Parts: sequence; structure tokens; C-alpha cells
Amino acid sequence: MTTATRGSVGTGHTRIEGRDKVTGAARYAAEVPFADLAHGWLVLSTVARGRVRSVDTEAVLAMPGVLAVLHHHNAPRVDTDYIGLLGVPPDPSVALFQSDRVAHMGWPVALVVAETSEQAREAAESLVVHYDQEPHDVAFSAERQTEAYAVDGHMPGVVEKGDLEDRLAASAVVLDAEYTTPEEYHNPMEPHAATALWEGGRLEVVDSNQGTTWVAGELANLFSLDPGAVRVRSEHVGGGFGSKGARAHQVAAVMAATVLQRPVRVVMTRRQMFSLAGYRSPTAQRVRLGADTDGRLRALEHQSLSMTSSVHEFVEPSAAAGRSMYAAEAHHTASRIVRLDVPTPTWMRAPGEAPGSFALESALDELAERCGIDPIELRLRNEPAVGPVSGLPFSSRNLAACFSEGARRFGWADRDPRPGVRREGRWLLGTGTAAASFPAGAMPSTAAVTAEADGTFTVRVNAADIGTGARTALTVVAADALEVPSDRVRVRIGDSDLGPAMIAGGSMGTRSWGWAVTAAAEELRQSLAPGADIPPEGITVRSDTAEAIGALARKERHSFGAQFAEVAVDPATGEVRVRRMLGIFAAGRIVNPLTARNQLVGGMIWGISMALHEEAVRDRSTGGLYGADLAGYHVAAHADIPHVEADWVDDHDPDDPVGIKGIGEVGIVGAAAAVANAVWHATGVRHRNLPIRPDRVLMAGGDA
Amino acid sequence: MREFGYQRALDVSGAVALLDADPEARFLGGGTNLVDLMKTGVERPARLVDVRELPLNRIEATEDGGLRIGATVTNSDLAAHPEVRRRYPALAQAVLAGASGQLRNMATVGGNLLQRTRCGYFADITSACNKRSPGTGCPAIEGQHHNHAILGASDHCVATHPSDMGVALTALDARVSYETADGPGEIPLADFYLPVGQTPHLETALPPGALITGVTLPPVPVAADSRYRKVRERASYAFAIGSIAAALDVRDGVVHDVRLAFGAVASRPWRAGTAESVLTGAPADAETFAAAAEVELAAARPLPHNGYKVTLMRNLAVAVLSELAEEATR
Repeated sequence: MTTATRGSVGTGHTRIEGRDKVTGAARYAAEVPFADLAHGWLVLSTVARGRVRSVDTEAVLAMPGVLAVLHHHNAPRVDTDYIGLLGVPPDPSVALFQSDRVAHMGWPVALVVAETSEQAREAAESLVVHYDQEPHDVAFSAERQTEAYAVDGHMPGVVEKGDLEDRLAASAVVLDAEYTTPEEYHNPMEPHAATALWEGGRLEVVDSNQGTTWVAGELANLFSLDPGAVRVRSEHVGGGFGSKGARAHQVAAVMAATVLQRPVRVVMTRRQMFSLAGYRSPTAQRVRLGADTDGRLRALEHQSLSMTSSVHEFVEPSAAAGRSMYAAEAHHTASRIVRLDVPTPTWMRAPGEAPGSFALESALDELAERCGIDPIELRLRNEPAVGPVSGLPFSSRNLAACFSEGARRFGWADRDPRPGVRREGRWLLGTGTAAASFPAGAMPSTAAVTAEADGTFTVRVNAADIGTGARTALTVVAADALEVPSDRVRVRIGDSDLGPAMIAGGSMGTRSWGWAVTAAAEELRQSLAPGADIPPEGITVRSDTAEAIGALARKERHSFGAQFAEVAVDPATGEVRVRRMLGIFAAGRIVNPLTARNQLVGGMIWGISMALHEEAVRDRSTGGLYGADLAGYHVAAHADIPHVEADWVDDHDPDDPVGIKGIGEVGIVGAAAAVANAVWHATGVRHRNLPIRPDRVLMAGGDA
Repeated sequence: MREFGYQRALDVSGAVALLDADPEARFLGGGTNLVDLMKTGVERPARLVDVRELPLNRIEATEDGGLRIGATVTNSDLAAHPEVRRRYPALAQAVLAGASGQLRNMATVGGNLLQRTRCGYFADITSACNKRSPGTGCPAIEGQHHNHAILGASDHCVATHPSDMGVALTALDARVSYETADGPGEIPLADFYLPVGQTPHLETALPPGALITGVTLPPVPVAADSRYRKVRERASYAFAIGSIAAALDVRDGVVHDVRLAFGAVASRPWRAGTAESVLTGAPADAETFAAAAEVELAAARPLPHNGYKVTLMRNLAVAVLSELAEEATR
């Protein structure tokens, strides 16, 4: 090691595997070849609640190529009495075929295995299942609040400070508004797919997931296997967004591979993903803000209701969004759930913050209007010096800098605050803004860095690159820690045999893995004597960040951002078009500006989609979704997306050994509120229910 | 999905004979709808007769000054044709408002007319649907009908026809020609789609086994000033929640000639003949346009969640006719 080289971090790097992906050389889970492969096809219930009375397997077993039909009478037993990597028990939805109970429409009731995927599909679609149907209840609405209860999910359910009613009574201005967001789905481009096989006494699974440590642990627990007897690999992942954990496809594949003693692949169809891959619960939220006439908050209350299944508690913690955002003497937030006969919802990009910020940041805009204060100024007047509820210091909080830089670049100073007064042909024009935040955490991970005899370095860290560019980011992090050019570093990820590591989730992946990689790489660099010979097997240093993360001072640690949107609204047809969008973020050290911008812009685009398009509609009569595919579930199309710009301000925390914060989720936070606030500015009409569909705009009027 | 046979037809009579010989066979055009429906199990043909290579891919002038469009002309080629763009701009605009570039490269004129509704209950084989399984009921009426019909529907079915192209062709008095084992025939597009009534599964007036061979447009001078506008829930790649094809000839401030058709409001492209009668000879102003649209929409029977379509179609008619009138006076 003769010359010190730093500077990979902070400069743009195209994805290391980018060429392989665009040329098709990169193999995704369902494309990896196996000899003697059999194919499983899931059969899902056609009733929303009840029991499986019988499964007519005989006719199907006689169909061409069919090898087996697994169902609750003959499937291997699994154990669900454990706590997994993320600190929660498994969702019983993944414990396939353990009883005759059907808990929601689209509940897996059987797996048909055949020689080819086509044979399996035809047989699965021919399988007749008889049910004893029971009345179901899928009717989510704000009225269900009376049956709801608070749950601590990955955030505390209820947090209260001060006397809310007293402070509301003492407020000159009180805003009390209700907001709703619909059932939303994160359907990655690549469907969930897994192949399972037994090899030399070990269970091998080739999968598409957000963390092989996580999925291997769940499978080991479910099938009562020694943790070392399970290996899960997930080399390339075509998107996850929270949906790719332990799911029905892996469990089904393992069951069939165990029964048949040959490799079995199970791939979800797009329609099956709308029952089996998780989703974001609809929310019904109420925000009460009490303020002085100058906009300073005295009271902040945010109540959120979401739904979960009858078999598992999952809470969309939408009310938590404000706990780190705004100071108020009384500060009450509560996220509650009601249990219905629906699939279990799950983490979906910015769980809690995405719907929560729509309500809270819309309410702030409404308060600004009431007080006659610029919406940015209102937010600045309520900036907290320390955590509004926790009292803890912020590790860094550069929200004001985001607003100031964003306002400058967006041209906010020239904005006429009056709504409904700008017209261009058939379009009414308006602009809006909103704040964003998302927690910046880290979870223990391990890494190994090897100095090879040929002068290169191999990094082994069980990261998951779900399309974010994690592989590339970790390469440049390692290169800088080793003080070598990044082309001398090779990173291996996506294999549970690499050792335990955090999942790609919670905007914590790159921070957690980068920490472990940095620790091992720096120690290796310091231990290598200049000019010393490297033995053929190389020199390896391992790290485990559990202790360092445990020693981190308790602080409010978050990414922040300011979102700006300009919209055009045709009041005659109700069409809304976003004309431009700008997001300025304070998200710690940016490792790779190229892929970071991708992630932030991607989040903002999803925010536009959330504001205007996305909505899954549940049919109360059948209990299932109406139009459960990507023709029926609209996401923004290219033509909906204008010039979207994302950038960042310096956000340095001197106490933080890695300095990286998450960027995976903060991009969507506040984006829908910025669009909705712009629609109000264009038309003078508040839209408190997402999505802002043409019929809603049309029937709400607003023609100036 | 069910295994099926596949055969490519080389000439029209051969195609018709193949279908005639096998009641479970279906013609395959671009496959942009049929193949999707086969994947979801809505369609389960035993055999596909591919008609895409038939010599029906030309657009030619007719003796009376109209155009004859072959059934296998792709949507892309139709929209790009200079005579279509010059003489029937609403048709080119309608085609380009539909689907995506890739789909338009595959989709054919004949197939477009025969595409099935995008009602979510129709597409979901676990659900009841009178159109797919006669007699099972229509869950949309009590359930999700946000984008369903307000005109011409019945208690048995409230599905809409999804075609954009068909709306423009309806406004332009197109005629559909076909071939059967017994010989050729022709149906005005106005009579091509059957009333819903109690038989929503019977969709067209085509005789059994008939192959659409083309669409003929008569000369429509007013169509040179025509327009198609589509409102949908995103800016592209979605079916309409309301659309309009309009052609207007204004002379001395008075409507001399007009064509008007609505899309996404009925089981067929909806020719707004009542509105046309009100408009003809009346002053070309926004008040008249609104009054005409309201007369047409007086027949609307909206369900609880699609009443917005009445307002939308009225507004669209006023907006598009006003635009055309304004351009005519320039």
C-alpha cells in the first residue's frame, strides 16, 4: 500500500452490475437454472373467511406432469412459536397449509407441483376446493375507530406529552381535519420467486428478498432446522420496497422440495402478489392543531387508524410522523389498528411516514392558510431545539437549510399565496410544499474484508441490493476505508453464508453494512505493513458492529427534506398534472450521488403516484380486490412525471462514525402533501382523501 | 393455462373455414387483449387461428371519396396514415390516445373493435359476471362501478366498451365488413354492438364464425375539423373515464354540420345523435353546446359512484366543441 487514495465516496459511480442487468446476463431468482427442477403453483382461496372442507386432488393428480398437491392434510408441519430477526413473531400467513382456516380472500390453500410451470398452472387452476364459507368483514373506515386498539409496531403506538384539551382551548386558531389514504400496493417489477432444494443435508434456497440472513432465519425457525443448515442466496433483486421478506413462495418451495426430494421453484403471479406480498393499509387520520395567531403551535394531535388481518398484528404507524417534527406544548400521537378479514399489511416504503406526512403536512398547510402565514415560515416557527417529545438532542437537523435552498431554487419568494387565481388556458396553476423526515438508524451487521495476494480486496457482507445500488455503494465505502481505487475492490453480497447482516429496509441498509465494512477495512488497512507479502489465502479482518451501535449516544437521528411541487388542474375534467417537482434533502453523507439521486427521485415519483393515482379497491361483497393487477391498480405512467429534481444540503454529524443516513424512504415522505397543497393553491379546494382522482376534483368544484 | 393449438391462416376463406370447423377456435389478431384473457382464464380457446398475416393490411381510397381500412392494419399504421390524419384527425388522435406504442404496433383494427370490456369483475374468473357467465349476476351494480356505464346499460350489465378508436369511427359513420362461410357482409358500426338488455354476453351483430375484413369510412367533409379528447386517471396508458370525438362545421356563427360520440359511458361507443340534432342549425356557442350535451345525457342512469361522468361528459362536450368553434372562426 504505497499511495493513500480516498475520494470514491461522494463521486458518481454507475452500478457495478449495471451492464449485466441491461444485457440480461444478470440472473434473477426465477432464471437460475437447476437440473431436475419441478414447478409449484399456489392455489389461493376464493372466499374471504371460512374453512376448507375438502380438496379434490384426484383429478388434478391425474393431469399431465403433476407430481403432488400439498394442502392442509398432507403438508409438512411448521413451527411458528418464535421471534424472528426483526423482533416479531412470524405472520401465520406464511405458515402454509397448517389448518383448514381461511383468513382472507387469496389465502394459500394448496400447492400443485408439476414437471413444467405450464402444467402446474393448468392443474392449479383446475383444482376444485370446497369451502364452508363464513361471513367476512373487510369494511375499513374511520368509524371503525371504536373497535381499534393501539399497538407498538416498529414505533410506539401512543406517545403523549402535556394536556391536549387544555392547550387546544388556549389556542387562538384550531384546525381539526380528517384525512384518508387508500390501500396501496408495492408490486416490484420482479415477482417473488424462490427455488428450494436439499443439497448435502443443507436446505438451499435461491430467492429474491431484502435480506438472506432474515429469510434464512425465518425458514430455519419454521422448519425447525439448525441455522447453519439453511443457506439462502439472493444475488439480484428487482425491487422490494418492504414486500420481500419471508413469504408464501419460499415456504411452499421448501415444503415441496422436502416432500419430493428434488428442486422446486415457486413464482408468484402478479395477481397473487396482490394477496401474498403485503401492502400498505388504508388509513383514516385525524389531525388537530392548536396555534397562536402567529402560527406557533400549542397543541398537536395526530390519530391514525389502519387495518390488519385476523391472524397477525401489523400497524401502519402514521401518527408517529410528527414526533420529531414540530414543537408543541401538548403533543399527542396514536396509531391504532382494527382487525378485519384481509391479508396482513406490511412495511411499504416509508411505513407510517408516507401516509402520516400526507395528513400532517396537509394540516400544516391548512394552518398556514388560517393564520395567513407562508407555509415555510410556519414550519420554521415551529422548529424544535430538541426532540419535541423525547427532549433528546438532534444528531443533526438541517430541515431549515432544506427549505431555504429549496425555496431559492423553486422560486418560492415570488409566490402569490392566494388560491385559485392563476390560469393558463384550461389549466389552473398552483404550487405547494411540505416537509419530510425519516428515522436514520443502524442495526448490527458483520463483514469480512480480505487483502488478496494479487493486490485486490474482497469484501464479504450479507447486504441485499434490491435495485438501490447497494453493491456499488459498499464498493466505494470499502475503497475509501482501504485507501485504494474502487476497481481494486470486489464486493460479495446476497448470501446468508456470508454472515449475519441487516436487511435492506428501514433506510438502514447502507448505513448498517457500510459501518461493518468500514470497521473491517480500516482495521485491515492499518494492519497491513507497507510492502509486506500477502499469503496466498490472503489476510482477512472481520467486524461486528453490535457493540459500536450499542454504544451510540441516544439522540434524535433522522433524515430531513423539503418537497416542492407545481401542478396544473383542469376544473372542467378534474385532471391534475404535476408540472415540476423539487426535493432538497439533508440525509447525511451521500455515498454515490448518481444512485442516491435515483432513489430520492424514485421516492418523489412514488409520492406523485400516491397523490394522484394509487388506490386498491376492496369489494365488500367478495372481500377481495377489484382489478388486482397493474391494469387495475394505477401507478404513475411516464407521461405523469415531469421534470423531477432532487438534491441535498450538507448534513454532517461529527459524532457519527459513518455519517451515512438513509435515503431509501425520505424521498416519498411529504411528496403527496406537497402535491395536494399545490392542488389547493391552484383551485382553492382542499383534497383530504387520496388519491386526488379526476372525479373528486370535478365534483369538488374549484373553478375560480 | 389451457393448452391450445395454433394455426396461421394464409387467406380469408381459409381463415373462415378453419374457424367454421372448430367451434372452440378463436381468431387471433395482435393478441393484445385475447392473450391476456387467456392467461387469466376468461378465454379458453382450443385453437387460435392467427389472421395477422392475411392480406388485409392496406388503407385505400374508395370510389366515393372515403377510405377502406383493412382489418389487420395495425393501430400504429392507422394513426400514422397521411389521409387519416388529414381527413379524419379525430380517428388518428383516438388511436394514439389508446394503449402504448408497443401495443399499438401489435393491435389491429379488427381486434380493436372486438376487444372486451375492462370491467374488473369480467376479468376475474372467481367473480360473478353476466357477460362472462350468463345468469351469475352483475356484482358491479352493488359493488365497484366507478368507471362503468351511465348510458344504455341494464340491470344485467353496466360494463363499458373500452375502445378509443371505436368512438371516433362511430362519430364518422364507419361500416364494418366481414366474411363468413356463406359470403361477405357489411354492418354500420352504429348497429354493430348489440343493446345490452338481458344478454350482455351477446356483444356484436356479427354472424357466428365471421371474420372482420375491414372498416369503411364514408367521405365526411366535416371530419377535417375533428378532435378526440380522452380523460383518464393518469396521463397515459389507461382506459378512458370519459372521452369524446367531435367534428364541427360552423358557418356564420351557426352549426352547419356536427358529429359527436362519447366513449367510456356505455357498452358501445355512444353516438350522441340527440345532441347532434339539437346542435344542427343552432348558434355555435357554449350555451348551446351545454344544452345539447344535457339533452343527450338526460337519458343517463348513473349508479351511486359514477354520476360524475354526467358532469364530465357535459364539460368535455362544451370544451371540445368550443375549441373547434373558436378555431373555425380564426
